[in-house]
Amino acid sequence: MPQESLSGQPSRLSIAITGSGGSGAVTTGSILLAAVARAGYYGLMTRSAGPQIRGGESAAMVRFGPGPVNGMDDRFDILVALDWLNISRFYDEIPLGAESLVLTDPAGGAVPAEILASGARVVELPLKAMADAVAGGRLNMAALGAAGALAGLPLAALEAEATAALGRKSADIAAAAVACLQAGYATAPARRVTAITGTERWNMSGNEASGLGALRGGIRFVAAYPITPATEMLEWLAPRLEKVGGGLLQAEDELASVNMIIGGSFGGVPSLTATSGPGLSLMMEGLGLAVTSETPIVVANVMRGGPSTGIPTKSEQSDLNIALHGFHGDAPHLVLAATDIRDCTFTTQWAVRLAEHLQTVAIVLTDQALGQSRTICDPPARFPDELPRVTAEIGDEPYRRYALTASGISPMALPGQPGGLYVADGLEHNPRGTPSSMAKDHAAQLEKRRRKLLDFDYGPWWAEISGSGPLALVTWGSATGAVVEAAERLTAAGHPTRAIALRLIAPLRHADLAQALAGAERVLVVEQNQGGQLFHYLHGERALPAGARSIARPGPLPLRPGDIVAAALATLDPQTPAAAHAAGASPALTPESLGRSAASPTPDTGPGDRPAPSAAQEL
Amino acid sequence: MEGASTSSTYQAPVLKAKDYKSDINPIWCPGCGDFGVLAAMTKAAAYLGLAKEQLAMVSGIGCSSRLPAYINSYGFHGIHGRSLAIAAGLKAARPDLTVVVAGGDGDGFSIGGNHFIHACRRNMDLTYIVMDNEVYGMTKGQASPTTQPDWRNSKLTPRGTGVRRFQPAALALAAGASFIARGFTGDPSGLTQLIVQAIQHPGFSFLHVLSPCQTYQPEQKEWKHLVHESEEEATDDPIEAARRIQADDGMSLGVIYAQSLPTWLPPHLSQASLPEIEAEFHL
Repeated sequence: MPQESLSGQPSRLSIAITGSGGSGAVTTGSILLAAVARAGYYGLMTRSAGPQIRGGESAAMVRFGPGPVNGMDDRFDILVALDWLNISRFYDEIPLGAESLVLTDPAGGAVPAEILASGARVVELPLKAMADAVAGGRLNMAALGAAGALAGLPLAALEAEATAALGRKSADIAAAAVACLQAGYATAPARRVTAITGTERWNMSGNEASGLGALRGGIRFVAAYPITPATEMLEWLAPRLEKVGGGLLQAEDELASVNMIIGGSFGGVPSLTATSGPGLSLMMEGLGLAVTSETPIVVANVMRGGPSTGIPTKSEQSDLNIALHGFHGDAPHLVLAATDIRDCTFTTQWAVRLAEHLQTVAIVLTDQALGQSRTICDPPARFPDELPRVTAEIGDEPYRRYALTASGISPMALPGQPGGLYVADGLEHNPRGTPSSMAKDHAAQLEKRRRKLLDFDYGPWWAEISGSGPLALVTWGSATGAVVEAAERLTAAGHPTRAIALRLIAPLRHADLAQALAGAERVLVVEQNQGGQLFHYLHGERALPAGARSIARPGPLPLRPGDIVAAALATLDPQTPAAAHAAGASPALTPESLGRSAASPTPDTGPGDRPAPSAAQEL
Repeated sequence: MEGASTSSTYQAPVLKAKDYKSDINPIWCPGCGDFGVLAAMTKAAAYLGLAKEQLAMVSGIGCSSRLPAYINSYGFHGIHGRSLAIAAGLKAARPDLTVVVAGGDGDGFSIGGNHFIHACRRNMDLTYIVMDNEVYGMTKGQASPTTQPDWRNSKLTPRGTGVRRFQPAALALAAGASFIARGFTGDPSGLTQLIVQAIQHPGFSFLHVLSPCQTYQPEQKEWKHLVHESEEEATDDPIEAARRIQADDGMSLGVIYAQSLPTWLPPHLSQASLPEIEAEFHL
């Protein structure tokens, strides 16, 4: 019987499970997540793996609590090490501290010095012996039983979810798993078992949530090429599209997939593709065609580490630049970002409706950390409006596909409709659609394509705003969970802080953002990429007040609330070291600012006037 | 209303070839072979009695890819090389439409080469008319994948490409096309018949059209003396088709190969409602 136990009763608990290939770390994590759901909690599971298909190391990281969980904590309360092979690859991703417990079997080897250096307490259990005592027993299930007991989860919840997950293989395997769970559970120190009465909750991954949003938005045709980490969205959609009367076409490459959905949408069927950075790069010419021909399409881009092939299996928010600026020509379009896993449904649904209504391209940015993570969450919100595609009513007048209307939206005829014959064109054209290289036609069509996006009323959904105070954290995408948690901690520590997560990044809602930032004395733009892509975009749009700073760090390590708190405090008090956290696993976040802010009273005098960014720099 | 009128049934208006011509004047050079394809396409549409709104012409970029604008139907003039992709998406979403794809040798075999081979093997019910003049005309005369390797009339390849030409029919056969034919713009009635057969063929129909470029390949004026009707009927045997294509001088006209192969369309089953799918997520 181990003497160690968790100190205190944290409101939310974080458990990491690591192991080499075949040890069952991800299966263990999935069962744990399902068990916390059964016990009434909300939860989040992220996973990390190398690029190997079989035999690589993997880790499952679960955080759960009585309220919604949208990001990982600074440290893990429990590390379950199924073995120590390749553990070094996870030192950075699984920070531990003096309050952490490490659960392991001494038969599996000595605890590495790097783990011990964290100060974490080690709980040694004879996991292998327990598993060996059961016919067909597996060490990971004994470990799950012990971790579940330490976490205060009801044994019945673990048993039920292990049976549900493994019973598909065979009843014997499920029975062996339950026996191992029971043995592991019994060896852990008694802790008050808590189960809460949960409301209606859903279990979904980000890629599944995005797929659902696509269906809710009315997508009925998908063409796509496989790419990590977007493929699961396509695999989820393929059979379900059929069930709602749609279809999926596996394309020969991304050049094809984007043009295929342009064809499908031209035919009147709402169409989408899903991809990741390299695929998005290949699609750019086609996206310009959709903008110019005013053919509505949606691109779900699940970001990964870049550029080039980069880090395909891990997350980074570094495709914002190409999503915003990758097009040649003046090509106004929509860029949206989901703020958490659950929001993937809403944002994708909204993006479909906006693209359809505004006859343009919508790029929806999510990332590996959202797409391949799984959440126990409230049912996703539903975009309430219809926002239909504006179709043509043919009268006596000759039909003009690209008519110059007040809204900039030109009613669209669909093939099969008599009297609406037209040729969609990527060449600049006149209102009828006939190719034209005349300056007046170019100016008029450019203006209409811009106006229809700028004049549209996007409503209150452009951002998620929480908290209030003179410190404002502006963010987007998967960083939102950590930013909101950081804002809450800063507020609790006496620095009232608001968090603004942009859902509609382009076109930028200038007036809305200015209102959300009103009264802010310090603005920090937080994101997971090297260059501060959102910061520079907002700066270029003159949307940031003087003194605004960038807090940016590339992937694949997630931004953690404690890192953001430390970086924020450093900007409030230059004497506070930014790297004030003990674990040392994550590189410190260094606030950077430009030499001159767009809103600074002193104008730029040129690049030579721009000092190199540094942590201590003040405007 | 039921039984109200039995004396007359609705008759679609009979359309003539000129009804399928738009009012836009082609940008093509005088004497361009592509005029012959435009004429044959409109005659074929009239022969088949296609409703204009049920016909979609899809193209990429190049002289010949301007064709959709000159035809009175729905159309999509896309980007260079991607016409088959747009057409595949359109047909997948709207199987009820007659989708005809048109373009040139550079558009189809160079920048669009990957889409060509995959369109052949996917065998969707599309008709693909490639107007082959062995040159990039719109960019003012560069070598294409079907240009003779010793053709020295381009500053871009002053010594010629030195690269052997594609044999489009052989490529289509190897990639799995189910209908392969060759036509010539100087043979309007023969070309019209081939377009009719290509549209009628269920599956991917590849129609390779010799379409002389008066401006950059003036020696192609001689083609009218070189082409000849194929002496053999179309075969459905791919081995025999391969033999004929390899033995041929590339100037024989007619259907080379026609085979009944499964066509592809994404399923449109529609069994479940969205709430049923959403129920998967409920705990």
